[in-house]
Amino acid sequence: MIEIRNISKTFHQKKQSFKALDKVSLTIDKGDIVGIIGFSGAGKSTLIRTVNLLERPDEGQIIINGKDFTQLSSKQLAEERKKIGMIFQHFNLLSSRTVFDNVALPLELDHTSKDEINRKVNELLKIVGLEDKANDYPKSLSGGQKQRVAIARALANDPHLLLCDEATSALDPATTQSILQLLRNINQRLGITILLITHEMEVIKAVCNHVAVIDKGKLLTKGTLSEIISDKENPIIRQFINSDIMTLPQEFISRLQKEPKEGLFPLVEIELNENISVEQILSTLYNQYKIPYKLLKADVEYFGDSNFGKLLLQLQGETEENQQAIYYFNQNKIQNTVKGYA
Amino acid sequence: MLSDTVIALLAKGTWETVYMTFLSGFFGFVLGLPVGILLFLTRKGQLLENVAYHRGLSILVNIFRAIPFIILIVWMIPFTRILAGTSIGVNAALVPLSVGAAPFIARLVENSLIEVPHGLIETARALGASPLQIIRKVLLPEALPSLINNATITLITLVGYSAMGGAVGAGGLGQVGYQYGYIGYDIVIMNTVLILLVLLVFFIQFMGDRLSKRFDHR
Repeated sequence: MIEIRNISKTFHQKKQSFKALDKVSLTIDKGDIVGIIGFSGAGKSTLIRTVNLLERPDEGQIIINGKDFTQLSSKQLAEERKKIGMIFQHFNLLSSRTVFDNVALPLELDHTSKDEINRKVNELLKIVGLEDKANDYPKSLSGGQKQRVAIARALANDPHLLLCDEATSALDPATTQSILQLLRNINQRLGITILLITHEMEVIKAVCNHVAVIDKGKLLTKGTLSEIISDKENPIIRQFINSDIMTLPQEFISRLQKEPKEGLFPLVEIELNENISVEQILSTLYNQYKIPYKLLKADVEYFGDSNFGKLLLQLQGETEENQQAIYYFNQNKIQNTVKGYA
Repeated sequence: MLSDTVIALLAKGTWETVYMTFLSGFFGFVLGLPVGILLFLTRKGQLLENVAYHRGLSILVNIFRAIPFIILIVWMIPFTRILAGTSIGVNAALVPLSVGAAPFIARLVENSLIEVPHGLIETARALGASPLQIIRKVLLPEALPSLINNATITLITLVGYSAMGGAVGAGGLGQVGYQYGYIGYDIVIMNTVLILLVLLVFFIQFMGDRLSKRFDHR
């Protein structure tokens, strides 16, 4: 079990001080996958770095398996760190070492025998699916492959905890999913507790059982994934769920007008909320108001029985009819913005 | 065109210059590398951050770098006598050459280490590496291509230094050029010495570039 107790950290820079963490407490159960989400500058990176004391907190305690890390000598701390794997946004592989030797590094630090290193590294490379890259240098690998090597390295000392510091932020969406899949796999197969930080809700939704939200150095809320996602009152969580920007289709951008004009139809972006379903909105428009429409884009997500997301609609009725539709949106507290007319 | 005696003279001079350059380069690194590593480690934000220590070491290095080499040779004569038994000849020249190169090397090493991405040191710490392990397994291997480049620069500087030393009795091509070329005004020998020195510098640069490339996997 990992207990973060009342951690505070202030950075001082040329007369200015910045409180990165303000009395943060968090408990992580063994075998759990916990995600901390926050915007950049929220303090999440500082928080994860205090767990293995890469960043020493000003106050508070880090208690892992009954040991208070803040009280350990540097030698004891080094020993404890060996049991905590860590992966980073920029992978941090040694360019001077091959894939094999990178994974072997933590074992070398522990003076493991050559045979044992051989056995262990090959086993790890198999887990991350890179057996055939053992003798390549990191330079020749893709981002996803580099992160796999970093994961293998982090697992070399059989850690009980894996810290992921924005581990997928430098990867494309498909690679992100495959890395997250690997993490989940590792968690299930090896029973390793995982603590990750990210600014992407996708990452949280893909792997985490528990979530904590951090903003301006304070832990706002924590709970299970579904608890957090259905907490609609929290403005930070809402921003994360609705963070995707709806881009207009290319063909509309060129002929989009700012002002209404005869023969042009309004483009309306609406934000879904939990009170009313997509199907209900669309059928009301078509059946009740008899407004023909074109659904240009939809980004809908379901959590339990409610939905979130955004729609981009072109209302193709008469001017008054379209006005009625917007009135209907407003009445039902559906946020809407007219993007223009085309 | 060149008599056998002149050729023998030039061959001996070339050998002495090569000997002085590489050996003093070696001793320079023996002295300068640890100082450079310490300079780096005691910098702000590094493993053994210590402002007072860093500043003290930095001042010491700067003082030695400020002394013109030709003066350093003369100034060091008593010390050279204790160490080498004499103040004349190639072995005696090794003492001021090594001491003159060391602070220069220390600064170059410090700069090479600064180039190593900080994330790698961080990663090594997270893996539970001791400071000594970080130096041996991360810092030096990662900085190796850059260190080789800096060794090349150092050796080329030392070719020049050793020729300067030649003027005050160190031997080598510098002495041949000075005695026969400057004092004896033998244009042929002077120019041959110059060509040999240029060739030596080209050779060192060429080998340095190749070696550095060989170890560069960035």
